[in-house]
Amino acid sequence: MEIKNASAGTFESGDIFIQIAPSTTSGVTIDLDSTVAFQFGEQIKRVIADTLQELNVTGVEVKATDKGALDCTIRARVTAAAVRATGVDVWK
Amino acid sequence: MFVPGNNPAMMQDAFIYGPDSIMLDLEDSVTMAEKDAARLLVYNALKTIDYGNTEMVVRVNPLNTPYGKKDVEAVVKAGVHVIRMPKTETADEIRELEAEIEKVETELGCVGRTQIMAAIESTLGVINAYAIATASKRMMGIALGAEDYCANLKAQRTPDGMELLMARQTIVVAARAAGIDALDTVYSNLNDMETFRKEVELIKTLGFDGKSIINPRQIEVVNEVFAPTEKAIEKAMGIIAAIKEAEKRGSGVISYKGKMVDRPVVLRAQRTIELAIASGILTKEELS
Repeated sequence: MEIKNASAGTFESGDIFIQIAPSTTSGVTIDLDSTVAFQFGEQIKRVIADTLQELNVTGVEVKATDKGALDCTIRARVTAAAVRATGVDVWK
Repeated sequence: MFVPGNNPAMMQDAFIYGPDSIMLDLEDSVTMAEKDAARLLVYNALKTIDYGNTEMVVRVNPLNTPYGKKDVEAVVKAGVHVIRMPKTETADEIRELEAEIEKVETELGCVGRTQIMAAIESTLGVINAYAIATASKRMMGIALGAEDYCANLKAQRTPDGMELLMARQTIVVAARAAGIDALDTVYSNLNDMETFRKEVELIKTLGFDGKSIINPRQIEVVNEVFAPTEKAIEKAMGIIAAIKEAEKRGSGVISYKGKMVDRPVVLRAQRTIELAIASGILTKEELS
């Protein structure tokens, strides 16, 4: 799967900005900047990793700037960035 | 209440204000570059956020755009209650939407789950209002979209809304004849609550079931205008009690305060009770 640089989301409150770039390694690395990292950092990273796994996206570096997004928003933004990065849509 | 489909904060907070219905928008409030992201946001929000008893509507993009069919697939899969079809001009457009919905519902095994609301936003749409309102069993309402309608009519919006009178009356009559809801257009000047209240009073007089709004501040005014008076509720409850009494006696003749009650009076009483419940003045428990 060819990966291009792509992003989705905003820096507004309640949202998360996700940037995806191709990685030189085969796994997924996540760099998280969040106002709530102390309490929810691991959970946010898990949602990002699980969403990418469901989409079979590997070999990427993810930079996430979180502004207090709910899990459903994180899933939506990661999916949007992944679809833009891979060109593979989730809808028919 | 309209909520932009690409704004997570608004989407998660909207139900707190208690609107009867939340309409997540994938059409005009979302730029073309963000249509894919908004669709995913709306899909995930509908799947996850507990909106309680609030009716959930999504305004999809027209089916003749690259986004419309994907929007329908996403929101039907997410279990939306109602799909709002923008800029509806003919009954065929509703039938085309119905076929798209049915395709997804068949795959999911839930045929018939999703309802349709049509927004009428052109002169042709107004002319075809009854055909649109009766185009599918899924139709639950028709709504006026005044900005596009006025542009098409080559008229200017005015505070008293004279330019919209025929469209509004046609939509109410078509909705009533089809047995579905009639919903009025938005009023977008949030700094002029006085004119907004007058507009809500006007559309209530015309027979509309509700008003589309763009901000939680407008909810209170709509509820106040649509709420029946205490006297009307008391009378309606008396009539409902008289109906129950007549049913108990096995009599088809209903009388209230010594006067015979005929069918239109019963229907108005039921409507008053429905409005009192919708406005939060009465609860269903208080009726039983």
